[in-house]
Amino acid sequence: MSSSQVTEASAHAHHDQHPDIEEMRLLGFWIYLMTDVMIFGTFFATYIVLKNSTNGGPDPANLFELGGVIASTFILLASSYTCGLAVLAMNKGRLRALLGWLAITALLGACFIGLEISEFAHLVNRGATMGTSAFLSAFYTLVGTHGLHVSLGLVWMVALMLQLAKRGITPVTKRKVQVISLFWHFLDVIWIFVFTVVYLMGVS
Amino acid sequence: MESVHTEQGAHAGSFYSYTIGFLCSIVLTVIPVVIVLGGWLEGMTRAVALMAAGVLQLLVQLLFFMHLREEEKPRYNLISLILGLLILIVIVAGSMWIMMFNMVAQ
Amino acid sequence: MLESIKNWASDFFVTGDPLIYGADAAIVITLVAIVFGLTYFKKWGWLWRNWLTTVDHKKVGIMYILSAFLMMFRGGVDALLMRTQLAMPELQFLQPDHYNEIFTTHGVIMILFMAMPFMFGLFNVAVPLQLGARDVAYPFMNALSFWLFFAGAMLFNLSFVIGGSPDAGWLAYPPYSELMYNPGVGQDFYIWGIQISGIGSLMTGINFIVTILKLRAPGMKLMKMPMFSWSVLASCIAIIFSFPILTATLALLFLDRYGGAHFFTLDGGGNPMMYINLIWMWGHPEVYIIVLPAFGIFSEVVSTFSRKKLFGYKSMVYAMMIISILSFLVWAHHFFTMGSGANVNAFFALSTMVIAIPTGVKVFNWLFTMFRGRISFESPMLWTTGFIPCFVIGGMTGVLLSVAPADFQYHNSYFLIAHFHQVIIGGVVFGYFAGLYYWWPKLFGFKLNERIGKWAFWFWNIGFYLCFMPQYVLGLDGMTRRLVTYSWDKGWWGLNLVSSIGAGLMGIAFLFQVWQILHGIKHYRSNLDTTGDPWDGRTLEWSIPSPAPHYNFAVLPQVSDQDEWWEEKQRRQKEGYTAVAPEFSPIHMPNNSGIPIIMAGCWFLAGFGFVFHWLWLIIPGLAGVALCMLAHSFNYDTDHYIPVEDIKRTEASIWGAANL
Repeated sequence: MSSSQVTEASAHAHHDQHPDIEEMRLLGFWIYLMTDVMIFGTFFATYIVLKNSTNGGPDPANLFELGGVIASTFILLASSYTCGLAVLAMNKGRLRALLGWLAITALLGACFIGLEISEFAHLVNRGATMGTSAFLSAFYTLVGTHGLHVSLGLVWMVALMLQLAKRGITPVTKRKVQVISLFWHFLDVIWIFVFTVVYLMGVS
Repeated sequence: MESVHTEQGAHAGSFYSYTIGFLCSIVLTVIPVVIVLGGWLEGMTRAVALMAAGVLQLLVQLLFFMHLREEEKPRYNLISLILGLLILIVIVAGSMWIMMFNMVAQ
Repeated sequence: MLESIKNWASDFFVTGDPLIYGADAAIVITLVAIVFGLTYFKKWGWLWRNWLTTVDHKKVGIMYILSAFLMMFRGGVDALLMRTQLAMPELQFLQPDHYNEIFTTHGVIMILFMAMPFMFGLFNVAVPLQLGARDVAYPFMNALSFWLFFAGAMLFNLSFVIGGSPDAGWLAYPPYSELMYNPGVGQDFYIWGIQISGIGSLMTGINFIVTILKLRAPGMKLMKMPMFSWSVLASCIAIIFSFPILTATLALLFLDRYGGAHFFTLDGGGNPMMYINLIWMWGHPEVYIIVLPAFGIFSEVVSTFSRKKLFGYKSMVYAMMIISILSFLVWAHHFFTMGSGANVNAFFALSTMVIAIPTGVKVFNWLFTMFRGRISFESPMLWTTGFIPCFVIGGMTGVLLSVAPADFQYHNSYFLIAHFHQVIIGGVVFGYFAGLYYWWPKLFGFKLNERIGKWAFWFWNIGFYLCFMPQYVLGLDGMTRRLVTYSWDKGWWGLNLVSSIGAGLMGIAFLFQVWQILHGIKHYRSNLDTTGDPWDGRTLEWSIPSPAPHYNFAVLPQVSDQDEWWEEKQRRQKEGYTAVAPEFSPIHMPNNSGIPIIMAGCWFLAGFGFVFHWLWLIIPGLAGVALCMLAHSFNYDTDHYIPVEDIKRTEASIWGAANL
């Protein structure tokens, strides 16, 4: 029996007065996001403490070029919006629109990752690597961890699109879309603080 | 399964609110960028302004995109978020404070 | 060719110490015996279907507790080796390098691979039953948590025979834990063993928070929830906010060692003190994570064995929640001597003293619960009464340590060692023993022999005081921790000898417990718990048969009171009570799954690859993890229903058909 049927059935079972299973799963994901906040919090704290330890290497002011970073910020903001539109389409029961918006979101996410990789490559070419200084170690770790999250989100989004195409909008796939949209907005929020603390305050 | 149907209305948000949220977040990104590129404000004032824009941006995402205000009681999501942010501030500010003696030395 | 293989093997395996060869032989013989036994008795299928792929919280709990006992043995042997080395001055029993490894593994194993799984085992055993739930919120994830813990623990323990153990202390302070000073693989075993099991701990934290918030039986308001479940909630809140900090910090140490980064190195602008700051942000809440559930157990036990409602239920709840949050505000008291300045030290000294207040509240609550109660001293209650004086003394010396200026004297001395062993053994270990004895009949359906249990209890207690009271004095006399030996002229030998004798008594106590369990298994027929309520309990877990059927509650209970089962028993004794025939409906249950153990196996391989920098193992390992996650995501066949006829049959076989 598929779990979508189970959920349907459990709602009718008289004695199961427990809250809706899918809503419960959403709460668990939210709590997971709080744990991720702590991981990023630790990396932010480390970055702030170590950002002046440049070890004679480049410092933020003469390393960062804002142009590409501003572009990727707007790309990620836009993807957060399209992800919201995907959820909207899902709530109206429009599968094709949902798949379309998710695809656009994933595409924007891929552009963001592409820009980040090219930025890192550029920096490494200029001789600013992980091993150059404590500041750069902290920088690559903080920004790279965010990038890793986005990349995993992309894989996850593609897997989810396959499931949606196969099974349509059911309580289970619906919850999964809600979960990934939470994840995506969350990554957007984290990026805003990376952008502010690392880049904007860095070049000031 | 009634809860799911009512949920559609409550949790969905609308095209209107998503668009408002998106526009707000664009504005809140442009402001700090202009501050930095235009060389406005200085030192502490600038840092505070940039952080303020970031925090407002966080609120926009939470309210318009993550639908925090539409949560039904008991508001476990909100409670866990507040606890999380509290401890986040403790560990970031605490680290800065504790390690300050060493940061100054360098 | 042969020569190069020999060279590689002598590097790869730990060699040169007869103790280790003995252990090697013991491990190989045990493994062969297990494989042979399983094959001979044709038990592989049974093992796979009933245990390795189970998602049943009760079985997961049993596996956690069993692993915890194994780890307690290993950590205990470490402790006895150390105490043997220190029994007399200038002994050459252990070489300094070996001694460093042993105190490191003792600490890591006892906290992360003994206390944590023991605690998670008790969570699993008791919480869903107390709440009137069929399982935890995420049964699949629960099994995955266990197997990740197990993979991490095995990876860490492997360092004993392959590659060499870590030796930088249980928290692996840099710069000594950095590649420059510690080029061997021991430190990498440490990082990956803890990382992998840490993911499991984090998931357990999320799992039990959601279970407690969402799966309580109908009518059980939060303020009617059993105290143990409250303590689990408080502990899990600390877990979800502190374990990510550990994960992140060890990731940074890993990047230093593997990626050439400069977070905590002495060169390149790194700052080792940042590591100490970060690790204690996890390390301090961790202490409360393990002790809060023990407080919850004592609350249940005290009220059950005093036949009274818990005194000050609300104040207990608030005290636990306050401790859970305050535990994030005291971390710097672990490094008062680092030099952060008077303001920092003053703040953290004060916050540390404040945290003693809610803890004191609890002690009075327990005492007032016992006051004028009809107390009976079965094993769980015995451990609770052993706990109270021990924990109070340990707590008081903790307050002494929190005085920042005085701490400059106590820091890293045996005074500190005695203090934290007193709160961890006297609080945590005694608490978990009380919990284990308390829930044992529920778990296995029979009671343990009380007489052997009393022997174990007295050996533990006398051994404990003999071992650790002298250490306070030794600390004040100037003996520092992690000291491999000392000379005759220090005058420390008498107290050290007493301390070592005490440690030996605790070792004997552990043997008594093992005997007690084996004895119980052998004679279980004569000690069967047929009522399901051997202690005249108060909470819902005692309303169902022992051992609980796999769906726990045939019909979900309707809760109206704080000690629901106790009140229900009173109601049933009143005149005019008529039993209502239960009305069954199909029960929704999760399916078993092999993915958790396979995924943990892949993590183990990846971790092993990271330890030895073997990219050819890291990549398939991580790919396996990813594939397992995708396989689980694409699997929509995750649940089933137990039909009413099956429930009726099971219930009839337990209670007898006439009683249904």
